[in-house]
Amino acid sequence: MFAYIVRRFLYAIPILIGVNVITFTLFFVVNKPDNMARMHLGMKHVQQTDIDKWKRSHGYDKPLFYNSKPEAGGHFTETIFFQKSLKLFVFDFGSADDGRNIGYDIRQRALPSLAIAIPIFIIGLMVNITFALIIAFFRATYVDYTGMVLCVVLMSISSLFYIIGGQYVISKLWHLVPISGFSADIATLGKFIILPVVVGAIGGTGSGTRWYRTIFLEEINKDYVRTVRAKGMPERIVLFRHVLRNALVPILTGVVVIIPLLFMGSLILESFFGIPGLGSYTIDAIQSQDFAIVRSMVFLGSVLYILGLILTDISYTIVDPRIRLGAEAA
Amino acid sequence: MRRPWLLFSAVICAVAALAFGAATSLQLKFVFLWTDLLLYILAFGVTVFGIQAWQKEHLRAPWRYVLRRPLAMSAAVVLSGYVIIGLLDSIHFREALDQQTGQAEIHYSGEVISAFDKLVSPLGSRQEKTYSAPFAWHLYTKETIDTPQGRVRAYPRLQYGGYHLMNPEKDFLSDLVKGGLWALSCSMPFWLALLSGITWLAARHYHVSFSKMTKRIIRGKTRVPFRAMFLTFGTICYFIAFMVVFADQYHILGTDKVGNDVLYFSLKSIRTGLVFGTITTLIMLPFAVLLGIMAGYFRGWVDDVIQYVYTTLSSIPGVLLIAAAILSLQVYMANHPEMFETVTERADLRLLFLCMILGITSWTGLCRLLRGETLKVCQLDYIEAALSFGTGHLKIIMRHILPNVMHIILISIVLDFSSLVLAEAVLSYVGVGVDPITMSWGNMINSARLEIAREPIVWWSLTAAFVFMFTLVLAANLFSDAVRDAFDPRITRAK
Repeated sequence: MFAYIVRRFLYAIPILIGVNVITFTLFFVVNKPDNMARMHLGMKHVQQTDIDKWKRSHGYDKPLFYNSKPEAGGHFTETIFFQKSLKLFVFDFGSADDGRNIGYDIRQRALPSLAIAIPIFIIGLMVNITFALIIAFFRATYVDYTGMVLCVVLMSISSLFYIIGGQYVISKLWHLVPISGFSADIATLGKFIILPVVVGAIGGTGSGTRWYRTIFLEEINKDYVRTVRAKGMPERIVLFRHVLRNALVPILTGVVVIIPLLFMGSLILESFFGIPGLGSYTIDAIQSQDFAIVRSMVFLGSVLYILGLILTDISYTIVDPRIRLGAEAA
Repeated sequence: MRRPWLLFSAVICAVAALAFGAATSLQLKFVFLWTDLLLYILAFGVTVFGIQAWQKEHLRAPWRYVLRRPLAMSAAVVLSGYVIIGLLDSIHFREALDQQTGQAEIHYSGEVISAFDKLVSPLGSRQEKTYSAPFAWHLYTKETIDTPQGRVRAYPRLQYGGYHLMNPEKDFLSDLVKGGLWALSCSMPFWLALLSGITWLAARHYHVSFSKMTKRIIRGKTRVPFRAMFLTFGTICYFIAFMVVFADQYHILGTDKVGNDVLYFSLKSIRTGLVFGTITTLIMLPFAVLLGIMAGYFRGWVDDVIQYVYTTLSSIPGVLLIAAAILSLQVYMANHPEMFETVTERADLRLLFLCMILGITSWTGLCRLLRGETLKVCQLDYIEAALSFGTGHLKIIMRHILPNVMHIILISIVLDFSSLVLAEAVLSYVGVGVDPITMSWGNMINSARLEIAREPIVWWSLTAAFVFMFTLVLAANLFSDAVRDAFDPRITRAK
């Protein structure tokens, strides 16, 4: 088991290198730092000296891969590739265009992101599974049919409209909670996060319920369910005791992989509700064209995704004793 | 079985000849945008595929199942309405400017317009001053107006909306009812004519009398759900007639901040949505199919390399990769303004590039599915038999593997469409979507976002974007559900 995990972590390294190569190509090879500087300083009438100054102050004045005349240190360390790309591997994100330390900002903003991402995740999961079970219980009846049509309708509404509609009805018409904002204080936090959480959970209900329903129906058609029914078990027990437990394995695949990504927050939810999390951080960076932050977030996202994949594999062995990993299988 | 081909090519030749004739007589200069070409290639491909599928029984059977689902067929009617608008909106040209005397060569306007613009021609150019509500005859905000009685604060009349009403407060309601009835009386004959035409064809096909066929349709006792389709089609007909009647006199969906007609914006956004949903898939398909099948068929190091590539790509969060690519593109375009003759061409290239980026981020899912399915298919006896006969790899892939994984490709194409249309809105919101001058639902929502915070609120832009987008996505979802049910072998269906 331990050897397997170590090997999986080693596999992650080439993938992260690949991610870095892609972002490096996009940001430095397709667009030379000169173009970037010109864009930031305003397109027209920019002097070369201004460009050089901007590049020097942001650390883009080095050659891409090989420095032929290093001022201090080696030929390879004093390059953009080393400074901007390789340092990501030790989570040294450098500083943003406005001079703030990206690593510090990320640490500050992870908590607000989690404050809404985790409740959405848990509530959404519970609601979806409950609905899916109810629909599966009443399968091939009008409950099933109406439920499915309702899911398709919910799926067809853009997430933007859930947010806009929620803000309009609950905050503006009914004045129940503030339209947007955030508070670090636990006591007042509740009224700020309840609306984003509800909106986020409802937004995912359509596709989530359908997805779990498919899993349950697939499980219901298996042989052991027929056996349980033949024993004379009521449908209630068949569904909640046997089907639900066995369906956990496929549910887990879809769920565990996104748990680490919860750190990244939700892009649009956070920006609409003014939550100072990583999602709104990313959006602000994209809109102000801060390449350093975007690059850091790409790297962080990839790391978290790979972590999710590894966690998925590990969780398999825990819920399903038939699955053995690594040397034991051979 | 050569006839459909002949007919098909004859139609295409006729359309091309007609277009050429129109261009020379009206002095148009056709502009072929990249997305136009791709959209027409796609339409051509789908038609060819459709004709081919119809000739083979095993391909026809699942489609027949789709044909019998009322909900799916109603959705298909709605979808085809959208597609027709989208295709009309993809014929772009520049009109000749008025010729000066003694000038030999023709100069063309810098503005690229489409056949659809011509069709709805006054709609796009009738600009008011600022916001006005749907069916309003005055602006939404009060202004100081000079009247014979002196200066007053009042709602000024609109330039175009309701200008024909002498006494709006009194006449408006009767005008509305009159117009509504007029639209009904215009659309009914057209609808009934088409109805009876199709009924007649169906009666001939099933060898029953016309009256018997009509009765069957009314009772809903036909295999193909004609009743549902006719009702949907009737609703669409009425809406179109309604728009034709009122669009001349009113802004049916109001006007936005700078006074543009919201209905026109919503209709023009259809093309953007369709391009987004289809071209992305078109670009992604070759990668996904080729690499997925190669990985599953050759295994070994080919498999390793392909798996590495798609794991790497899929580990980058999609929005961020798109953002990164679009930011780079913006820098590139800002530094090379000389590459684009018109603004429309630049916006179009950005749209195409966006589709490409989205294609690159989204092929991994299908690729993984195809790899798995190919691995399974390769275990089957007939592949071994083909190998032992010495059949080449290419032939095995084309003849034996591709047809057997085709259902996965088809299902994922139709399922992806609606999520792509939705993604466009989100991307535009984030600021990495289509060009700001491209009319799209995402841009509409983005610019109308703050309007609900206004007092009194401006609700019509958002509602229009919502209704148009929701209709398209819902129709696509309902249709794709039927397609998935028909083609997915895991779902056992009652015949």
